[in-house]
Amino acid sequence: METRKPLLLSLIDTRGGIFLGLVAAATILVPVLALMVPANSAFALPPYLVALFGKYVCYALLAIALDLVWGYCGILSLGHGAFFALGGYAMGMYLMRQIGSRGVYANPELPDFMVFLNMKELPVTWWGFQSFPYAMLMVLLIPGLLAFVFGFLAFRSRVTGVYLSIITQAMTYALLLAFFRNDMGFGGNNGLTDFKDILGFNVQAKETRVALFMASTIALGAGYLIARAVTQSKFGKVVIAIRDAESRTRFLGYRVETYKLSVFVLSAMMAGVAGALYVPQVGIINPGEFAPANSIEAVIWVAVGGRGTLVGAALGAIIVNWGKTFFTGALPEYWLFALGALFVIVTLFLPKGVIGALDQFKARRQAAKQSGAAATAAE
Amino acid sequence: MTFISRPARARAIPLTGPAAKSLIETLSFAAAALFLVMLALFAAPQARAQGDSSVIVGLSSDKFPDTERALNELPASGLATAPDIVEALAANRLYFNGPARKLYFADEAGKMFDAATGEPSDVMASALKKVRINNAVRRSLDAARGALTLMSPDPAKRKAAADSVFKSRDATALPLLDAALAKETLASTRKVLEEARAAIVAGDSGANEVQRLEAIDILKSRGDQDAVSVLTTIASWSEGRVKAAAESASSVIQAKLALWRNVQNVWYGLSLGSVLLLAAIGLAITFGVMGIINMAHGEMVMLGAYTTFAVQEWARTSHPGLLNYSLFIAIPLAFLVTAAVGILIERVVIRFLYGRPLETLLATFGISLILQQAVRTIFGANNREVSAPSFMAGSFDFGSLQIGYGRMWIIVFAIAVFFALQFVLRATSFGLRMRAVTQNRRMASSMGIDTNRIDALAFGLGSGIAGMAGVALSQIDNVSPNLGQSYIIDSFMVVVFGGVGNLWGTLLGALTLGVANKFLEPIAGAVLGKILLLVFIILFIQKRPRGLFALKGRAVEA
Repeated sequence: METRKPLLLSLIDTRGGIFLGLVAAATILVPVLALMVPANSAFALPPYLVALFGKYVCYALLAIALDLVWGYCGILSLGHGAFFALGGYAMGMYLMRQIGSRGVYANPELPDFMVFLNMKELPVTWWGFQSFPYAMLMVLLIPGLLAFVFGFLAFRSRVTGVYLSIITQAMTYALLLAFFRNDMGFGGNNGLTDFKDILGFNVQAKETRVALFMASTIALGAGYLIARAVTQSKFGKVVIAIRDAESRTRFLGYRVETYKLSVFVLSAMMAGVAGALYVPQVGIINPGEFAPANSIEAVIWVAVGGRGTLVGAALGAIIVNWGKTFFTGALPEYWLFALGALFVIVTLFLPKGVIGALDQFKARRQAAKQSGAAATAAE
Repeated sequence: MTFISRPARARAIPLTGPAAKSLIETLSFAAAALFLVMLALFAAPQARAQGDSSVIVGLSSDKFPDTERALNELPASGLATAPDIVEALAANRLYFNGPARKLYFADEAGKMFDAATGEPSDVMASALKKVRINNAVRRSLDAARGALTLMSPDPAKRKAAADSVFKSRDATALPLLDAALAKETLASTRKVLEEARAAIVAGDSGANEVQRLEAIDILKSRGDQDAVSVLTTIASWSEGRVKAAAESASSVIQAKLALWRNVQNVWYGLSLGSVLLLAAIGLAITFGVMGIINMAHGEMVMLGAYTTFAVQEWARTSHPGLLNYSLFIAIPLAFLVTAAVGILIERVVIRFLYGRPLETLLATFGISLILQQAVRTIFGANNREVSAPSFMAGSFDFGSLQIGYGRMWIIVFAIAVFFALQFVLRATSFGLRMRAVTQNRRMASSMGIDTNRIDALAFGLGSGIAGMAGVALSQIDNVSPNLGQSYIIDSFMVVVFGGVGNLWGTLLGALTLGVANKFLEPIAGAVLGKILLLVFIILFIQKRPRGLFALKGRAVEA
């Protein structure tokens, strides 16, 4: 009988090992390059790059969350940006409360935009956000709750396929419109910005940026391991069965709705965490994050990397966003052409993404080697 | 002092009648008459000068009460330059020289004129002071303007003046109104003048009850929001029968207005619904036949709108005579262009993705990005203007409802497209094949239908209709690369709500959403109304996961 490996190790295959190794390397290397290498050295990492890399890492976590529902459960959510943005807003509200009386209107209680809108007291929705633990709880709970209510309604009545994709898009669109409204009390179209500090540290400081980057990479690693644990478990096998044959799984006696709902809520929470880490690094959160196009873009990250591989999703997020940074800087006219072409090419020629293509290449070489070996054996 | 110049002269002659008769000799009568006429001729300029000078002194004294008084006298003073003075004062171009008691106005170009004579003057504006106005003066100014224009030769101006009197209910305008009524020959203007008069009389506690009740009746027949506000103020301080009459009249009007508001909401809703129908119906076809959502559908609408723009520009530069009819060229052309693009997309991309609806969704989204950027590169990111042909401009009144020709023709167009499409689907062999593929692809294929060809043609048809929707939208929306984006989610909602079982679902879905949107707007505001509708649709999907008109049978599980 095979001896059981410790739980954590059993989750890590070769590919996952490489991925976690890279994440760990980034966690160590970036702080070293940013803080310890003298600023005039060629290897020194300027703070804006630290924030940029931090952004990529947050997107990678969002991509892993999306891969969990799309790659393993077959739910194509075109509204994951909403969970990301809600997590971001929860963090943004904490950061707004930290400004205190340093705002333009120097109101110790109310953020500037509320003073500007003639609000007299803090709305109920903002209560408690001065406390970091409460805000972090909300980062998980608000996206989780929305996913629970939405998923409960949608999965129970067996809304699937394209219909589900369309109503997730409607969900994020409705939130986009709602957050644009000033009387929602979340800053209207300007959103939340002008953050000063987080846990008492200046958000703009180099050290804080590095710490936020490290928090993001750790969250990415943890998110990967959680997603991996879920997909490798028996629970995960049922989820994959639902993806491949929903009706058959139901007839076998599994409560399909419960499985889908659990995965959906977990994924929404991961997206919320990604959003919460994203906001202090980019310094702003506004309703634009709810735009349906953002959610669809996140789907293409997963598709580029390879859906149903987790590592691929993270890889895709980083590749596409690096491309975006490059194009919008060098050839802004062509970015939409490139992104559009990417959508078409990936769906047509790389249905399994970069990781899938690598696997295929490996398998073909293996097959060639084997057939070669068989041929020599036959001789 | 106020009625001196011409009215005085007119009255002078009959007054002399008895005196003349007492002198039997006709000669002496003639002499007396001649004398009196001459007297009148001499007296009139003198009197006029007196009235003028009072106005001019008042306006040049630089005290608000004097300015106000002078303005009240101005309309009746007969001063030829009165309209110029009023306009100049309103535009802050009226100047005075205090010590010399002289008043000047500047025209729009800055040329100075003497206000008393209307002659050009060579004084410098910098040497003079401006006549100042405050809110009280502004009120008098408006009243003076109204009174001056009541007699204007332009009927539209007279009507506007009567309307402003109606709103101000300035009792001092009553004699002017009577004078204007006596001269007025145009029935529509007469009506407005009478209503203005009624508004004053009904609110005049000194007038007798019968007159006031009559006036209230006139106000009742006017039947708009302004009449209601007049009637409610009258009801608030009147007593007895007048109060009761005013109250009942205002409640009758309000009931009628509420009805018209609903009619208006339905009309606007139908208008929005017809736009949604045009945008969504092509989507419903591609979704129904192939089970895929074409995310580039909105861009087909945009391409149709740009085709309209291109046709218009072509007509403008090379065939100006066709400019007014360029829409009739644009409609078939937009259909052909977008249908061709649709078929191209289907053959090059979508054909390879059958059985993978979610991937198709991503690929078409990519195509939509490319098309948007392509149009932005070719036509620029700015809005392009498509002008309305003459038969679509303007509006007509239907009851209290103003119906724009543009919106009306779009509704007609949407209905025409809908029934043409029904005809294609029901009465042609292509339609029969298409419906067969929609219902059961494999069986249709077994019966010898070339499903590949049907797919391509159905995609072309859906895209072509989107292109025609673009022609209609170019009339009411900005033609910009983002045009499609703003309609795509609403179109999805229509399809999801209506279902794809048959086109009536799309029609019902579009009209329901359009009308519901317009009824929610006044209650909840435009944005909140839209959010409520989205939430409603999300909930509706729970009840009927495949829309109002779902396909029945085995095809559902495909």
